[in-house]
Amino acid sequence: MIRVVLPAHLRRLAQIDGEVRLEVAAPVSQRAVLDALESRYPMLRGTIRDQETLRRRAFIRFFACEEDLSHEPPDDLLPEPVAAGREPYLVVGAMAGG
Amino acid sequence: MSGVRVLVGTRKGGFVLAADGKRNQWEISGPYFSGWEIYHVKGSPADPSRIYASQCSGWSGQVIQRSDDGGVNWKPVGNQFSYNGTPGTHQWYDGTPHPWEFERVWHLEPALDDPDTVYAGVEDAGLFKSTDGGDSWRELPGLRGHGSGSSWQPGAGGMCLHTILLDPIRPERMFTAISAAGTFRSDDYGESWRPVNRGLQSEGIPDSDAEVGHCVHRIAQHPDRPDVLFMQKHWDVMRSDDAGESWHEISGNLPTDFGFPIDVHANEPDTVYVVPITSDSEHFPPDGRLRVYRSRTGGDEWEPLTTGLPQQHCYVNVLRDAMAVDKLDDCGIYFGTTGGQVYASANAGDSWEPIVRDLPAVLSVEVQTLP
Repeated sequence: MIRVVLPAHLRRLAQIDGEVRLEVAAPVSQRAVLDALESRYPMLRGTIRDQETLRRRAFIRFFACEEDLSHEPPDDLLPEPVAAGREPYLVVGAMAGG
Repeated sequence: MSGVRVLVGTRKGGFVLAADGKRNQWEISGPYFSGWEIYHVKGSPADPSRIYASQCSGWSGQVIQRSDDGGVNWKPVGNQFSYNGTPGTHQWYDGTPHPWEFERVWHLEPALDDPDTVYAGVEDAGLFKSTDGGDSWRELPGLRGHGSGSSWQPGAGGMCLHTILLDPIRPERMFTAISAAGTFRSDDYGESWRPVNRGLQSEGIPDSDAEVGHCVHRIAQHPDRPDVLFMQKHWDVMRSDDAGESWHEISGNLPTDFGFPIDVHANEPDTVYVVPITSDSEHFPPDGRLRVYRSRTGGDEWEPLTTGLPQQHCYVNVLRDAMAVDKLDDCGIYFGTTGGQVYASANAGDSWEPIVRDLPAVLSVEVQTLP
């Protein structure tokens, strides 16, 4: 079970309370987690990644295990504690003003 | 008793302001979608319960919201705006080619006769249409593709398609306006387009009377006389009596002819409203006095409307989509400011009252007249 934490404005958009828990088959990559997230919550399509290129939006960051994964290749495996559900995968709104 | 519902988009959420036909006591609800920029909220003329909202943010892009119960409940609908085919390029600020990239929806225009049909004007400038209540969108590519698209250049606010006018008498006819390209007309339901800017003069472009390149801020028409168009350009207030084929200036005695919104009285097709702004670099009213100007002669002769509006130390702006009129017998006029005030006049502009004073900066104001 993968744990995903979304920023407040996206939780409101998708009407989510607290963490999201997703079943994601191995290998667990960022792309696989985001695909599963958007599949369950279609209203999040386009808000985290561009819908056509699937590139991360400029002011969104991906953190896990105190590491910034934003610039890692999307098909790289996530850290084992995330894949095992002990640590969450964090989708964060970058600090970008008002 | 009839009533009105004023739909307000702001930098940090949407608001709904409702009143009965007297328009002196208001119920304020919101913020909806708090924290997001709400560029535009507009109801369907065919079904006032159906409302569309453009919700966006620098973090998370574009969302379109739809309400089927007059703005009480909302649900996100389709937000994929893909340009048709290979999008190509337009001019960037420095004159170099720049790929067409979707940024946001500036304006939503529901069809006059079908609540499930709605048009979206977007940045980078393009026109999209949905026929399924906003669930899916397709571009009407004849606008960008008519021939001059590669020469369009953004204005300071971005290269946005900000105005969509639907002709209620000839349903095949539509107008759009783009900053900084100009006004365009279609006579075949949006499939093909041509520029209609003859008579415009703009000092900020190399060829002052070029076919395209003019920074049109807003156009308006009266539904009973749709061939007459009124325009607030970057500088100059203009009028066309032949559906955009030619334009002439009607700035007349305005204190400045720079501004953003322009609108027409619901019951008097020759009564027009503008809000003069000092200049392109000073986006506030002249002398710190917020004045709406009204012409009852279709332009040229303007009178300031000041009762109830701040007449000193006022340095707000009124953006292009932030003025609207209701359809009651004594026409109501509404506008919002970048200072967060929404003003209403229940007597065609003779006097004004603030409905609210401290919203986030107002991006858009629309009004629904309810039975």
